[in-house]
Amino acid sequence: MNFKTLLLATALSGVAAGALLSAPAQAAELTIGFSQIGSESGWRAAETTVSKSEAKKRNINFKIADAQQKQENQIKAIRSFIAQGVDAIFLAPVVATGWDAVLKEAKEAQIPVVLLDRDIDPSGKELYLTAVTSDSVAEGKVAGQWLVKTVGSKPCNVVELQGTVGASVATNRKKGFEDGIAGASNVKIVRSQTGDFTRAKGKEVMESFIKAEGGGKNICAVYAHNDDMMVGAIQAMKEAGLKPGTDVLTVSIDAVPDIFKAMAAGEANATVELTPNMAGPAFDAIIAYKAKGTVPPKWIQTESKLYTQADNPKAIYESKKDLGY
Amino acid sequence: MALRLPRIGTSQVAALVLILAANWMVSPQFFDIRMQDGRLFGSLIDVLNRGAPVALLSLGMVLVIAMRGIDLSVGAVMAICGAIAASLADSHSLPVVLAAALGAGLACGLWNGLLVAVLGIQPIVATLILMVAGRGIAQLITEGRIVTFTSPELAFLGSGSVLGLPTPVVLTLGMLALTLLVVRGTALGLMIEATGGNPRASALAGVGTRVITVAVYMWSGLCAALAGIVAAADILGADANNAGLWLELDAILAVVIGGTSLFGGRFSVILAVVGALIIQAMNTGILLSGFPPETNLVVKALVVLAVLLAQSPRLGGFLAGLGVLFGRRP
Repeated sequence: MNFKTLLLATALSGVAAGALLSAPAQAAELTIGFSQIGSESGWRAAETTVSKSEAKKRNINFKIADAQQKQENQIKAIRSFIAQGVDAIFLAPVVATGWDAVLKEAKEAQIPVVLLDRDIDPSGKELYLTAVTSDSVAEGKVAGQWLVKTVGSKPCNVVELQGTVGASVATNRKKGFEDGIAGASNVKIVRSQTGDFTRAKGKEVMESFIKAEGGGKNICAVYAHNDDMMVGAIQAMKEAGLKPGTDVLTVSIDAVPDIFKAMAAGEANATVELTPNMAGPAFDAIIAYKAKGTVPPKWIQTESKLYTQADNPKAIYESKKDLGY
Repeated sequence: MALRLPRIGTSQVAALVLILAANWMVSPQFFDIRMQDGRLFGSLIDVLNRGAPVALLSLGMVLVIAMRGIDLSVGAVMAICGAIAASLADSHSLPVVLAAALGAGLACGLWNGLLVAVLGIQPIVATLILMVAGRGIAQLITEGRIVTFTSPELAFLGSGSVLGLPTPVVLTLGMLALTLLVVRGTALGLMIEATGGNPRASALAGVGTRVITVAVYMWSGLCAALAGIVAAADILGADANNAGLWLELDAILAVVIGGTSLFGGRFSVILAVVGALIIQAMNTGILLSGFPPETNLVVKALVVLAVLLAQSPRLGGFLAGLGVLFGRRP
């Protein structure tokens, strides 16, 4: 990026300061490097796809380096971005620690770094500009609040399919859901087991829950820490002769395409989105920072949006299915 | 007259009965079975149905271990074959799908067998290669996503039923019968035991150890392929990251619980399957019990420890000695 562009961008933003975020044309010639973790999950693949299209929308020259789940590859990628003199670096850190040295190099080269989706060890706070992540406690809370609102004053026994034991996402989504239902004494969690975030385990655990709760008659709702486990649980309920979505309410998190398919079929009720669009807000923050020097807050929290059967799940499925989930 | 118990298998069957009894205590409806949409429905059926993949793996694993080998790749082979089956299910007929998936399993077994028997690589290292690479291959096939399918024929193999019994259970029983027929109905079992006991002596005695070794790894690959197909059919999709993950260890555990020594030689196919059922009965019991999930692995470890201790001849001798000691007390 050259001085002229900066001047132009600054001048334009002076005319229409508020329009900056929605006027991507000024960001022309911005070059941003993104060190992506790798293809560890469908969500990660969708994040890469969405990042590319968001960059295109803003006319940003966007370079993605796939680290294949290795920190050393990420560090190499960041050094190479610094050598190329990019305008900003996005980093989806594979682990929380060990970033100090390379982020210091970026800082010395005056290249702002934005963390996507995951945070790093607190010791490195001054080394990055901002972190764009979701709030997994909030996700659980949205799910819990939806359930409380939906059941009203009726008593409701909830079974919970937890994520992998010890995973911070699982702990947070559990806590958030508990916060969400805290005010309603009629809604209580009667069983909670881990389904390891997988369909197969979600199905197996749900089968046991159904047997342990009188063939499923005592279960009013299922809460799963991710959609994949819920897809498995829905199969288990159907095989047990229950009607998920009507007999048993379902609410899960992530908003992957297959849960919208189930919602369109009336077999799932609600999902809370973990948006794959982490890059969008990061681009906007960088554009504002470069143009006006606006320092963004240290944490940009993405929206935990709730989707139900009323949100035209079929259309959402069609729009999401090719993102690479 | 004293009741005489059969010499082998007593402790395994006793362990299974004890675990089932414990399940009944934590969940009084454990033995309830009813018909639901033409198939049997109940926790006991779940134990059989969920135990089927590990039981299938143990059918291959027990022969490999009897040859003084080990096959760490079965979990990854499950993922590969499940991925192939799910990818082809909606565009090809069932025989083609099955042939492709089972063929891939046999090819994986052939690879392992050649590394072990021809190149002389230690089994744990040889199969470790495919254990690591196999999951990557499966991820390449699925492109890192969960490949779903709608084919009812393939789904039948995972969640259908034959005469009320879930299809995976029927498949496992069929494979058990076939395995028994091949290893006990012919001299093959004897040759496997001989090769496992002393490969050099067996070779000198005219046993085709190399061919048998390759064949046994291929059998293990075939069993893993079937387990992978069942696992994919069960969830109507192939999850390359998680299908069969760590199941190789469960299969080895099932074989060991079944009394087959890792040093090769004598083996029991039926007790390996009983071992798989013990593991699954324990898993299902933990799920029914309502214990917090943090305790799952600890409970599992304690039960396995108890089962293995019960089989230890030294501990048996020690306890008998104690009995004599205390019995003599006035």
